[in-house]
Amino acid sequence: MLSRWIDNQILLGAAQAGVTMAAALIVVALTIRLRLGLKKDILVGLGRGLVQIVAVGFLLTLIFSADLWISIPIILVMIITAGFITVQRIKAIPNALWISLAGISAGAGSVILIMTLLGVIKQDLTSIIPIGSMMVYGAMNANALMLERFHSELVSHGGQVEAGLALGASPEEVVGPYARRAVTAAMIPNINGLQSLGIVWIPGAMSGMLLSGENPAYAGFYQFVVSGSIFVTVGITVIISIVLVRKQVFSKAEQLLIHSEENQ
Amino acid sequence: MESNGNKHPALLRVEGLGYQVDGQVLLSDINFEITAGERIAIFGPSGAGKSTLIRLMNRLDEPSSGTVYLEGQDYRQISPRKLRRRLGMVMQQPNLFPGSVAENIRFGPTAQGERLDDERLRELLLGVDLEGFADRDVSKLSGGEAQRVNLARTLANKPEVLLLDEPTSSLDQAAKQEVEETILSVLESGEVTCILVSHDRTQVMRMTDRVLSLKDGRLIADGPAEEVLNAQSMD
Repeated sequence: MLSRWIDNQILLGAAQAGVTMAAALIVVALTIRLRLGLKKDILVGLGRGLVQIVAVGFLLTLIFSADLWISIPIILVMIITAGFITVQRIKAIPNALWISLAGISAGAGSVILIMTLLGVIKQDLTSIIPIGSMMVYGAMNANALMLERFHSELVSHGGQVEAGLALGASPEEVVGPYARRAVTAAMIPNINGLQSLGIVWIPGAMSGMLLSGENPAYAGFYQFVVSGSIFVTVGITVIISIVLVRKQVFSKAEQLLIHSEENQ
Repeated sequence: MESNGNKHPALLRVEGLGYQVDGQVLLSDINFEITAGERIAIFGPSGAGKSTLIRLMNRLDEPSSGTVYLEGQDYRQISPRKLRRRLGMVMQQPNLFPGSVAENIRFGPTAQGERLDDERLRELLLGVDLEGFADRDVSKLSGGEAQRVNLARTLANKPEVLLLDEPTSSLDQAAKQEVEETILSVLESGEVTCILVSHDRTQVMRMTDRVLSLKDGRLIADGPAEEVLNAQSMD
């Protein structure tokens, strides 16, 4: 209906965003009525989300006309930002920022590079940047989930960890079960995503290709490329991060450095 | 402070031991010696620093000052894993690992790449009065049984010193008595040196010969159990 009234594409997009924002404000009103205490978070989220993504849209129109190498600093900025966002909620783990940067760089960085060099991801900015951002985003979420779960496992099982240490076991051995749980928890959403691909949901990349008129069969293959690559990224990220973080929660004398507040 | 004039060479010598966290002093300038075979108690009210001291002795925490000598060697020069096997610790809570009783008892030897054979496992279970419990799931144990498995798990490492951190404080009276009797029978059957942390005067009298009394993180008395406890009851 809107497209019948508005010819200009940018204005049409703004009007469509306005309708979506109005729908979101109804949800805000409901949360106020239900006293969920989410009003500020949602309003800030909606405002930031709209401004950020539209700004990126305008920025991408400039970037897409630049040389291919510009993708390197852009992906690096994404990785660094993802590292800082990850540690906002995980301050109790020593060196969480460096662990996150190493994990996300190793996971997202290596997969983007290899897939681009092999030509699995098209060697142009319109492919590398959006697909790269999906990988960085996947790596960031998985890394945050893994670190948060690992920390909470250590807090709630600190007694067993110290019992193991007191029996002369190595730190790696005593945290092994908790590290495995953290890695599993971080990978489950991604594994579920792969299992439900095409049946429960049609993800963004495929949706975008279908909307722009690509062959649906090719869009299906390409969606698997994207989802599979995100899975590889997530796997590498959480494995690198868990290897690094296991050492950070113990002192040189193999003493557990993370305790629940009541045990401190 | 009363002193304990031992003539035998010290198995453990605690020298100027102190511990503070975020500027708060939890333990200050602790000095004492223990000879092999002694049974001593670290006694004092809640917050006196008893558990802090025993954790420092197992090096689960790092001293802020001072050190501990084990047979004359600074314990910071011994690898933490070796040290912890030699100074076996039984914590207040059993903290058993999910699985069977046997898996828990085999944990320490397995961690050092050794296998605890079935005969030794049976002996350990017999020692804590849990014969036939090897395949029992630890989640099915009572509090007292779990604490006796905890004791057997520590003994599986053949420690020279047994550090007991209030091992009965979380148990009911009946379980407390059975664990206490088990510990006494273990101590009487071997030559293990024992350091018991307790705030229970009668338990200290029953189980130990010498008392180190702590108050506000300081050692205020060191001597024969009866003498130290009687002197304190008159204060």
